[in-house]
Amino acid sequence: MIQLENVHKAFGALEVLKGIDLTVREGEVLSVIGASGSGKSTLLYCVNGLEPIQTGRIVVDGTDVHGRGTDMNALRRRIGMVFQQWNSFPHLTVLENVTLAPRVVRKLSKKDAREIAISQLERVGLGDKTQAYPSMLSGGQQQRLAIARALAMEPAYMLFDEATSALDPELVGEVLDTMRMLATDGMTMIVVTHEMGFARDVSDRVAFFHQGVMEEIGPPSEVMLKPQSEHLQKFLAKVL
Amino acid sequence: MNYNFLWLPVFNALPELARAALVTLEVSVVSMVIGLGLGLLLCFARRSDRRLARWPASVWVEVARNTPVLFQIFVFYWGLGEFGLFLSSYVAVVSALAFNTAGYMAETFRGGFAAVPETQLKAARSLGMSFIQANARIVVPQVIRAVWYPMTNQFVWVILMSSLGMLAGLRELSGETQYFNSRTFRTFEFFFAAAVIYYLIAKLVMLGARIIGWRLFRGQPL
Amino acid sequence: MNGSVFTALDWGDVFFLGEAALRTVQISVIAIIVGSLLGVLLGWTLAAGGWLVRLSTSGVLDVFRSVPLLIQLILFDSFVAIAGYPMQAFWSGTIVLSVYCAALVAMVARAGIENVGRDMQRASRSLGMSYLQTMRHVVWPIGLRTVFPSWIGVSLSIVKDSALVSAIGYIELLRASQILNTKTQESFKIMLLVGLFYFLISYPISRWGDRLERRWKK
Repeated sequence: MIQLENVHKAFGALEVLKGIDLTVREGEVLSVIGASGSGKSTLLYCVNGLEPIQTGRIVVDGTDVHGRGTDMNALRRRIGMVFQQWNSFPHLTVLENVTLAPRVVRKLSKKDAREIAISQLERVGLGDKTQAYPSMLSGGQQQRLAIARALAMEPAYMLFDEATSALDPELVGEVLDTMRMLATDGMTMIVVTHEMGFARDVSDRVAFFHQGVMEEIGPPSEVMLKPQSEHLQKFLAKVL
Repeated sequence: MNYNFLWLPVFNALPELARAALVTLEVSVVSMVIGLGLGLLLCFARRSDRRLARWPASVWVEVARNTPVLFQIFVFYWGLGEFGLFLSSYVAVVSALAFNTAGYMAETFRGGFAAVPETQLKAARSLGMSFIQANARIVVPQVIRAVWYPMTNQFVWVILMSSLGMLAGLRELSGETQYFNSRTFRTFEFFFAAAVIYYLIAKLVMLGARIIGWRLFRGQPL
Repeated sequence: MNGSVFTALDWGDVFFLGEAALRTVQISVIAIIVGSLLGVLLGWTLAAGGWLVRLSTSGVLDVFRSVPLLIQLILFDSFVAIAGYPMQAFWSGTIVLSVYCAALVAMVARAGIENVGRDMQRASRSLGMSYLQTMRHVVWPIGLRTVFPSWIGVSLSIVKDSALVSAIGYIELLRASQILNTKTQESFKIMLLVGLFYFLISYPISRWGDRLERRWKK
């Protein structure tokens, strides 16, 4: 379970999260929507401790993310993250990209890491590309590689930060399909996205962020079809 | 440490050292200007279709880049003696530094021209500019922009390397320092002063180049 | 011979030159190894340290790049002498050349680390890798690749700059050739030989570096 209590986050004088309260349950898929600059990506960075917060608490499975003495690296093993820029490691093959973290972080043997990696690569449809280098893959394939890389740590949660925003339109579908499959398999996910179709069809709940405030949250049928706040109505009118 | 630092002789020699620093600057500027001109020629020669132009230029560039400058200075100063060609210290050092700079700048210019897409020239021509106009107004300014910082680095480097003139009997800053050293045996004090002067010159040149660059290329992205 | 007091170049002289060439290689290799190790540490400091550390480190390193190497050699050599610890020219030369090399490598190493970028480091940290694991498995191999050609350039310049150690009395290749010049007066032949030696070390390696750079850019 991921719990946020009154989370405030600022970059210097610029306040990007203004008191967020949020709970994500086991097996839930939460989509986060909102204009760019609304703080939704920052939320993800805070959840896995890549950014510090000023006040409030973020608790993952009972561990305070920003608490003193928290083993960040142990925590991040439980939280996979996929970025807008896929950041595949260019000097490693597809297979090595996926086996690296299991080997050095989870200390798995080469053979075990390889087994996990291959099964995850097959899961995202890259089973035939294991020996290729990332530069030989399309953007969509690289993003699926990034998903497999995160999954190989066997995380309990997955965070997606606009995973399809940097992709050419014709490549968006394959990545969304992969994410949809993960949701069906019961993965707990927080998905920051501009894909309204995905938010509507796949998520259990949708949260709308506006200028650092979570203005609405609820099932897609309510949030997206019966928006209450003026900001959300305007936002939906623009993107739908 | 039982050594008593004695700075008075250095202070007394400061006017001479300052004059020698001007010689250093002069040698560097002259070498740089000649080197830039030759470097541009070498760059064109290497892009030429004629083997007879390409080959010697390539040899020049590779020899300049792959042998020590001190070696190049010695060749000009002593090596040519066998052919009855005796150059003065000044001419030998300037020739060697210009030879060296031309080699490095030829490569820098090549990169500079490569940085300007061919479509730029075509676009300019399509607006009705002549070949010369298009080059002078569109291509060359962009090339200068691209080579400006490597060029200032090269200039600072020439200033530092002109100190090797000392080993060929040239009385620039290092040579003058060495002269005072041989009379007073205050090696550390004199060379320390020289080091400070070199440092100041290098910093001033860098600062000047930045200011000029900033004014020339104001608002242009890197 | 035309009655000159000078003797022609003989095998002993060639041996003398060869020995000196070996000394050039020796001092260069030591300086490159020590300087590179030190330079990588300094470059890391420049890329990752706090602002005060970064500012003071880059200020100090800048001095080594703004004062002629020749002056650095003479200064260090005379300083250890007046401090009461006179050194053999080989050692003072090696130390100065190593530090000079470190100052150049530090800039290269910093560029390498910064090239890898924050996003890549974040991706690696998000997988649970520690800072050091990220450095070792991600930043180092990627960064090394981007700056390896520049590092080759720095190393070759150290080989060439090692000729300056002759100024404090170390008989490396160039100095040896001068001694022979005065003895045999076959200056041009000897110079050609010496130039060829440097060229044969430097040219193939720099071509190889260029090729790597072009291949890795793709």
